[in-house]
Amino acid sequence: MNASTPTLTARLTELLRKPFVWGVLAILLLLVVNLLKDPSYLAIRVNPTNGNLAGNVLDILRASAPIVLVATGMSLVIATAGIDLSVGSVMAVAGATSMQYLQSADAASSMSAALTAMAMSIALGAVLGMVSGALVAYVGLQPFITTLVMMLAGRGLAKVITSGQNTTATNEQFRWLANGYVGGFPVVFLLALVIAILIMLVVRRSALGMMILSIGINPRASRMAGIKPAGLLITVYALSGVLAAIAGMFAVSSVMTVDVSQTGYQMEMDAILAVVVGGGSLAGGKLSMGGAVVGALLIATLDKTVVFLGVPSSATPAFKATVILVLFLLQADNVRGLLRSRRPRPTLPTEPVDTKVSVAA
Amino acid sequence: MSVSTPTAPVVGTDEPSAVSRLWGWASARWRASASILPTVAAVVIFVGMIVYGESAYGRIVQASTLSNLLINNAHLIIIAIGMTMVIISGRGGIDLSVGAVIAFSSVSGVLLAGAGINPYLVMLLMVGFGTLFGLASGVLIQYFNVQPFIATLAMMFLGRGLASTLSTKPERLEDDSPIRELGAVIKIVDGPKVDDLMVTPGVIIAFVVVAGAFFVMHRTRLGRTIYAMGGSRTSAALMGLPVKRTILTIYTLSGTLSGLAAVVYTSRLGIAQNITGLGWELDAIAATVIGGTLLTGGAGYVLGSVVGALVLGLMNVLITRDGGIKPETTTIITGGILLVFVLLQRAVTARRRE
Amino acid sequence: MAESPPVVEMTGISIEFPGVKALDGVDFRLFPGEVHSLMGENGAGKSTLIKALTGVYKIDSGTVKVRDAERRFHGTADAQAAGISTVYQEVNLCTNLTIGENVMLGHEVRGPLGINRRATFRAATEALRKLGIGHLDPRAPLSSISIAMQQLVAISRAMATDSTVLILDEPTSSLDAAEVDQLFGVIRRLRAEGVAILFVSHFLDQVYAISDRITVLRNGRYEGEFLTRDLPRGRLIATMIGKDLEALASLESSREARHTETTDEPLLKADGIGRKGSIEPTDVSVHRGEVVGFAGLLGSGRTELARLLYGADRADTGTITLDGKKVALTSPVSGLDNRIAFSTENRRDEGIVGDLTVRENVVLAVQAKRGWARPLSRREQDEIVQKYIAALNIRPANPNMLAANLSGGNQQKVLLGRWLATQPQVLILDEPTRGIDVGAKAEIQDSVAKLADDGVAVVFISSELEEVVRISDRVLVLKDRAKIGEIVNGPEVTAQMVVELIAAHHEEPLPDGDPTDDPTTDGALRAPTTEGASAA
Repeated sequence: MNASTPTLTARLTELLRKPFVWGVLAILLLLVVNLLKDPSYLAIRVNPTNGNLAGNVLDILRASAPIVLVATGMSLVIATAGIDLSVGSVMAVAGATSMQYLQSADAASSMSAALTAMAMSIALGAVLGMVSGALVAYVGLQPFITTLVMMLAGRGLAKVITSGQNTTATNEQFRWLANGYVGGFPVVFLLALVIAILIMLVVRRSALGMMILSIGINPRASRMAGIKPAGLLITVYALSGVLAAIAGMFAVSSVMTVDVSQTGYQMEMDAILAVVVGGGSLAGGKLSMGGAVVGALLIATLDKTVVFLGVPSSATPAFKATVILVLFLLQADNVRGLLRSRRPRPTLPTEPVDTKVSVAA
Repeated sequence: MSVSTPTAPVVGTDEPSAVSRLWGWASARWRASASILPTVAAVVIFVGMIVYGESAYGRIVQASTLSNLLINNAHLIIIAIGMTMVIISGRGGIDLSVGAVIAFSSVSGVLLAGAGINPYLVMLLMVGFGTLFGLASGVLIQYFNVQPFIATLAMMFLGRGLASTLSTKPERLEDDSPIRELGAVIKIVDGPKVDDLMVTPGVIIAFVVVAGAFFVMHRTRLGRTIYAMGGSRTSAALMGLPVKRTILTIYTLSGTLSGLAAVVYTSRLGIAQNITGLGWELDAIAATVIGGTLLTGGAGYVLGSVVGALVLGLMNVLITRDGGIKPETTTIITGGILLVFVLLQRAVTARRRE
Repeated sequence: MAESPPVVEMTGISIEFPGVKALDGVDFRLFPGEVHSLMGENGAGKSTLIKALTGVYKIDSGTVKVRDAERRFHGTADAQAAGISTVYQEVNLCTNLTIGENVMLGHEVRGPLGINRRATFRAATEALRKLGIGHLDPRAPLSSISIAMQQLVAISRAMATDSTVLILDEPTSSLDAAEVDQLFGVIRRLRAEGVAILFVSHFLDQVYAISDRITVLRNGRYEGEFLTRDLPRGRLIATMIGKDLEALASLESSREARHTETTDEPLLKADGIGRKGSIEPTDVSVHRGEVVGFAGLLGSGRTELARLLYGADRADTGTITLDGKKVALTSPVSGLDNRIAFSTENRRDEGIVGDLTVRENVVLAVQAKRGWARPLSRREQDEIVQKYIAALNIRPANPNMLAANLSGGNQQKVLLGRWLATQPQVLILDEPTRGIDVGAKAEIQDSVAKLADDGVAVVFISSELEEVVRISDRVLVLKDRAKIGEIVNGPEVTAQMVVELIAAHHEEPLPDGDPTDDPTTDGALRAPTTEGASAA
């Protein structure tokens, strides 16, 4: 397959095979569309007083921060052939916890209060994730049911924490999370990027990535090779919970209010879309965290574009859902296309497992 | 593996005495009881809750409370029936789209009715939209080999998205719309004060659905095929049963029932919104599981799911009566109950396998 | 018997999957009122032929004639409608339903109000009665009767639809002697009624007890059709494994017998380990630097026994000692922790992780042992993978290639590399040379010999007897899930001896009554240990 000097077309086709290249192209396409409406769309202004950058691009980056985090977590969970439908609710729980704590702490500019709020939210996110992970790993409950329950119970938990109120709080340091700038760049995006890169490094540099993929691709072979799936699964779901909690903190920090019904609403759809656009497959065994980040940026760009073009934003969920459906179909079709070219298609949906016959390739 | 019963009761060879016939019947029932036990347990739980409720809060065992229980949960019973069939068919069968389909169907229905379309046609369309969603899920699952949870998850996203596209605020049915008649209360027995035995056409629809589902599951080849598929998908296929056609049928049915539930619910409430039905898939699953259906498939009864739906409905009533438990905790409680039941199911099946 | 025309006539059947020709010009005939056995070793194509007949697999070339009319079926329902029913080894019934429902599924008795349950159960009892099991209560759950009974229920189902052809695919694998007897009674009954019965089994004695005719397949090719009474066992086995007796006799062992003085203790010693339904309690011992071969036909329990020695499956009985210390092998992790490695025969489902690279596949077990927090550096990984790419001649020599894209033989080598990389003290190889070309086979055999020289205790399992005989120091012979003997290797030991040992060890005529009088286990206990001299 690899010639000694690949031609340009060969290189291009190879590049196009990488799924997140499509995501990048889509982002560029959307930006072009925006430019058509307003040629100064990409302009970046520097605020003379504080040196902060401003502009549409910066808005997109800011909006993408929570999605980046949730998508990173989701990509790891999906790689194990699982799914986490509870990320939106965990965001709400984290937001509720931090707002409720800060409101009762009544410390408008206390760093320690801010840090405590953050620690509590992250811890709660981790706990919820570990519960899901334990149910999947030890009880063998299917991920979609486990996290579906967690999704609905989580929303309820958020409402219980705030007693149904959309709690507001004041805290300078916590507010800085979503509204502050460092070196002119919005902190929230920098943080999200740093965290995502950190996780990518840990997964790539350690054996985690390989082992996660292994159990997603072939759990039986992984077991025979001595891999212990339980710890890995719990870690992955706990991580998803932690990242969702941080995303929740970002979400409430921007307005310093938690909306127990709306915070994180339908975020799981954005996360799944980002992962699938980035090359992940719900059947497991594929991990592209970079692709998920690209997917997250794409979603943020899409959301902003829709508003910018004056299209009612209530239409976006339907559009996103359609894209998800098409991508699922393509993934399924790929599998079927492969099958079609391989064997005479058996007329039964499945045949009895005959482990004694070796299917020599 | 399985226990050999050398003393299998002798049936049908020579004239058995009345006693041995009775014994044969009883022991056959006992051995078959393994699968009916969970449903019996659900009935016991329901009765227990009623007793507890009556003693703790009073005014539970009365015509109006029980009537309202049925009236307010008719839609849940209908989607639970669809969910039961899908889950019994096994291989991870599930329909996560029920709530979203109800949202889309009800919003579009109210909008259409408001636009002047014949209300009877509107109701038909509402059901029809459900059928379309169900058919789409079925095609994805059976033809494209997409896992049921993935396919119906996509449909859930799509349904919610389309509902949001149509409207994000509550849409109201005209006060004089004939659709509302389905939610109109009919007094069967006029009791003292407000303690009347009431029913709505919606409840009657639910009863018809239950009766129909019972007939299908136990008296038609379709139903037996569903059970067989749940027992072993490969065996069912090897036995020559029409597995592919059945998959399409049950998901289409589930979608249709969601559409029907939308009609029943909207006719009672008179209002539809894009956030209607949030979390109802969990309620339907919980009702099914509480009613004794195994999540792994192959066992369960539609009548059990009815009991399960009523258990959930009664739980809500008791929580409201109590006043001490916050209403926000209902989803947590439902989720917790579902988890407990699933864990119990796992424990029992694991032990049985040894 | 035979002189009526065949009910089913298959001619020149060929089926090809990518990379492998599953059937190559196979002929097969089924006569009414006859039991016809289909025999062949692993991968011979027996299952494929059956699926070709019932239309589960599409036939690439060849014809199928049923009652002289050419037919192409589209699946089991289609074949069933034409009177051809199949009963598989894993009883393909629904255990969540009752006996009667299983018999009548798909053809229940219907009335104006839907299925008439009473009439349906009555019809079920009728069908059961035809097989002599009418005493079963059709309302009882299927799970309440034994597997043997369930199988008879499956056959009743086939007969309830008036089948004229009954295919029994490995029906006796889970049955004890008395149950086999009962099944054979039913088969004889059906035969007397004119049903054509296709009997697939690897249990030689049963084949000889029940069948009138035998067709042998080997590697997808038709090797011949014989009348049972005209075919001696030795010749049958030889036909199945493809060597004639003279050639077998000339294959000599190329290994010197070692460990004739058994002063050193075995490294791995298993006493009476067994697992219900897979392998009878057996003793195995392997010394350092010794190669112990497991020999036996398909279904003899070789893989099952080996899996117990690793922890892939848990043993129900017996103890395992490693270096004198008792160990509990409860999972692959415990096997690896004890420096035991196991290379599975099922490389697709339990071996290769297809979407990982060759490098990752090779280092997988080593990495699993180290845990996720201590990753092997890229340099370390490269060292390991290059070492084994070279040592095992893995082609293409590209560690970054996805393992799924390698040929089967090279995938096997990758797996071998994975296990060798863990530097085991006990290495169990299950069919390590399956699907590998001749040159590579020799390479692997040499590697095995070298490993033993380095002190590793090796268990070598292969369905190719000559291979086992060529490289083992001792050969454990298994038959019908029990050990029937051990042969210490020497210059006069040949594959033919093993064949004759298997053939000679046949059961007493099937007992009429006492199920505890099981000749298979009895045989294992009485097994002679032949030392170099040829068996009688």
